Amino acid sequence: MKAYIIRRLLYMVLTLFGASVLIFGLYALTPGDFVDNNPKLTDERKAELKQMYGLDKPVVERYFVWLGNAVRGDFGYSLQYQQPVTSLLSQYIWNSFLIASASTLFTWLIAIVIGVISATRQYSFFDSAVTIGAFAAMSFPSFFAGLLIIKFFAVDLGWFPPGGMITTGSNATGLAYVWEVIDHMFLPVLVLTMLGVGSLTRYFRTNMLEIIRQDFIRTARAKGLKEKTVVYKHALRNALLPAITLLGFELPALFGGAIITEKIFNWPGVGQLYMQAFSLRDYPLLMGFTMFLAILTVVSNLLADLLYGVADPRVRLK
Amino acid sequence: MTNALLTIDHLQTHFFTPSGVVKAVNDISLRVREGETVCIVGESGCGKSVTAMSVLGLVAEPQGKVVGGDIRFDGVDLLQLSPLEKQQLRGNDIAMIFQEPMSSLNPVLTIGEQIMEPLWEHLLLSKKEARAKAIELISLVGIPRPEEIMNAYPHQLSGGMLQRIMIAIAISCNPRLLIADEPTTALDVTIQAQILDLLREIKETYNTAILLITHDLGVVAEMADYVVVMYAGKVIEEGPVLELFSNPRHPYTRGLLQAKPVIGQRKKRLNSIPGQVPNLIGLADSCYFHDRCESCMSVCRLKQPELKQIDDGHRVACWLYEEESGLA
Amino acid sequence: MSSIVTETAGLAGTRTGARRSSLWRDTFAKLKKNKVAMCGLVFLVIMFLFCFIGPFFSPYASGKVNTVMINKPPSMAHWLGTDNLGRDILTRLMQAGRISLTVGLAAMLLSVFIGSVLGVVAGYYRGVVDQIVMRFADILMTIPGLPLLFIIGAILSEWKVPTDYRIYIVMLMLSLIGWPELARLVRSQILSLREREFMQATESLGLRDHRKLFFHLLPNTIPILIVVATLRVGGAILSESVLSYLGLGVVPPTPTWGNMIDAANTLIDFQKRPWLWIPPGFAIFATVISINLLGDGLRDALDPKMKR
Repeated sequence: MKAYIIRRLLYMVLTLFGASVLIFGLYALTPGDFVDNNPKLTDERKAELKQMYGLDKPVVERYFVWLGNAVRGDFGYSLQYQQPVTSLLSQYIWNSFLIASASTLFTWLIAIVIGVISATRQYSFFDSAVTIGAFAAMSFPSFFAGLLIIKFFAVDLGWFPPGGMITTGSNATGLAYVWEVIDHMFLPVLVLTMLGVGSLTRYFRTNMLEIIRQDFIRTARAKGLKEKTVVYKHALRNALLPAITLLGFELPALFGGAIITEKIFNWPGVGQLYMQAFSLRDYPLLMGFTMFLAILTVVSNLLADLLYGVADPRVRLK
Repeated sequence: MTNALLTIDHLQTHFFTPSGVVKAVNDISLRVREGETVCIVGESGCGKSVTAMSVLGLVAEPQGKVVGGDIRFDGVDLLQLSPLEKQQLRGNDIAMIFQEPMSSLNPVLTIGEQIMEPLWEHLLLSKKEARAKAIELISLVGIPRPEEIMNAYPHQLSGGMLQRIMIAIAISCNPRLLIADEPTTALDVTIQAQILDLLREIKETYNTAILLITHDLGVVAEMADYVVVMYAGKVIEEGPVLELFSNPRHPYTRGLLQAKPVIGQRKKRLNSIPGQVPNLIGLADSCYFHDRCESCMSVCRLKQPELKQIDDGHRVACWLYEEESGLA
Repeated sequence: MSSIVTETAGLAGTRTGARRSSLWRDTFAKLKKNKVAMCGLVFLVIMFLFCFIGPFFSPYASGKVNTVMINKPPSMAHWLGTDNLGRDILTRLMQAGRISLTVGLAAMLLSVFIGSVLGVVAGYYRGVVDQIVMRFADILMTIPGLPLLFIIGAILSEWKVPTDYRIYIVMLMLSLIGWPELARLVRSQILSLREREFMQATESLGLRDHRKLFFHLLPNTIPILIVVATLRVGGAILSESVLSYLGLGVVPPTPTWGNMIDAANTLIDFQKRPWLWIPPGFAIFATVISINLLGDGLRDALDPKMKR
């Protein structure tokens, strides 16, 4: 087990190194930067700024400076906000985490319940309806789903605020503040849940269908266990185990995927920050966030695999 | 003579597949008395297992369905029971052991948990009582260090041990009938003998009736009181074990017995029955064995023989004996 | 039938003709029974006809700017209304569909091509080749698809790539982020296939590597590739629409469904002129759901594991 973890860690470092080369390389390919794009600056001032930010050095040298700092947890200064990238990310990340975790929770709950029910009633009306519903949910472009929902629930019906995290000019505190945030969260979480629930429902349905045909399910029935126990204890537990590794992919994908939803709902999270950084070509921030996503992916994959190893008795003791 | 515990009358279980209706169990009748061991013998695909699953009400719906006949257990018509009543009967009054011990236990639950489940469900034992009883059961089926086994997972045990665990689970609620579907087929020969011994012990100690399903005539000779030979969803011959082994009537039974090696007799080659079990879809109204039968007559191709009594307790479905009994 | 793969395996090489076609006939027969999947297929055909033939029947196909008819709601003359340049939305929807469908299909073909070639090579030769290909795939997969696409899209904007070429570059981008997953899938298939008996047979026959690879191994991965490829078209159309909506993909005047929805970025159009952005959104939705339903039907028909 120890050797396995060490191997995985080593491998993780290599992958991240590759990812950093890729990310830096891509940005280095881009002509123009924050300084070039600012027409208000004189050439002299530009040269000065470039020297200050180290933009005048050769690419390879810049890369190693950047990497050296990044390893120490320093992703440089955001040009736009004049703040360290890491502190910016840590300010905004929690807002993203809030909607990401809420929608993950709902997605999984809904997907498990619906997936299991539709698997136990394969080919029933409910099953077909769920199948089509799941595919419908998967087939919306994220931004269009967001736009439609804002148009309908916020603009036409006026039930929910169309965007933001708190009402402009509001200084609610305590419970009122919490309530206000929840009110603003509702639509983005709805969109994210809707977009994620389809594929996960299919996943659970397929897995459950496969497991329900196994011998040990027949044994559980022959033992005279209640159908509920057979399905929710014997079958679901087996279906949930491999899903742990899915969680490792879900989390980073959610941060990546939430970019659009955050932009559309004007939610002050890292995704929104990222999109702004884009229009201003704030490269340190862009690279920092992309690198953050890469780290998140690699780390959560490792954690998911380890967690799976702990959870599955067949892997645990090997 | 003791009363019949399980009576199956004219049972018909069909599977509705896209390519046609499979009559897996086609008008089967049999009887298991209290404390008796009845063996169902036949090639794979002849409907042995489906018969057993029909008794437990576990035929895979919606394709599979019991379409006719009735099954009585201790006088109660099992086919009329509600799902809840059936569930309470399974594992409690009628228990079952399966062919593949390796895949028949849930890989992610401990052995202990899986033994205790029916104890909670049927005997309503507390966790503590169930634990004590489970440990007792594990030692009863001959596995040492039961406390350790309680916390083990199925993949940590061998096939033979797992089959013992399956037996422990099956007898945990003192069932009156134990259905064993090819319980030794997947095991090594030495382990097979141990498992059969264990089953016999249980039968003797608890007077449990056993419905043993097998294709292995060695197992039959060792275990059975009464034998039912099945072919293509039908019973073709049945009788007490000694009678059937010494005096087989149906050409198929004879073939089966000749296909078995006998120690001390070196034959150049073992007898085999040519051909295969027919496709169970759309069978014609003939004797289903006619195309493999060495003594096939013209009537065999036209009409199906009925199961007729020929001797005390010995019944056969074959045109060869129809005339005999008709003449007598 | 134990598995489709073994069935095709058995016929690889010698008895190809007759039985292979029966495999496809089987699949199609099964697919025909699946009403939902057939609906998807029929709808897709209609969508293609609508986009590729539809413009010939439209009086507004030239896309001329009409200053009198700016932002008009749906009417008898313009069934879906007109846009901010007075162009007919319905006609534009068809023309945009041509681009979106083409980009989706081409991106899929390209990523399937790259993914399966690299996957086969990695799975067959293993060792160093495998390490290089798969590590590169891993690196690409550590960065979630959308941010990666955005970066590349932004670089393109900076390079001022002529708008006519952007559609090809978008295809390239989409296949660049699409191939790693496919390569992984094909590789794992190949790894299990090469252990099968029929490959040992090709070994003893002394066939050349490229023959073994492309005539014996790759054909066996085709059923699963077809399913994944079908679903991929949907994914590519979705990604393209996001990129174009954000102005990072195909940009006007070339219309795509995604950049038509860009209208929703203007508050007044978003709130008061839904005919500008809702039809292209639903066109994407309807196309992608049809593809998904068809793909799922194909999976059921081709994947023996999910039979019954």
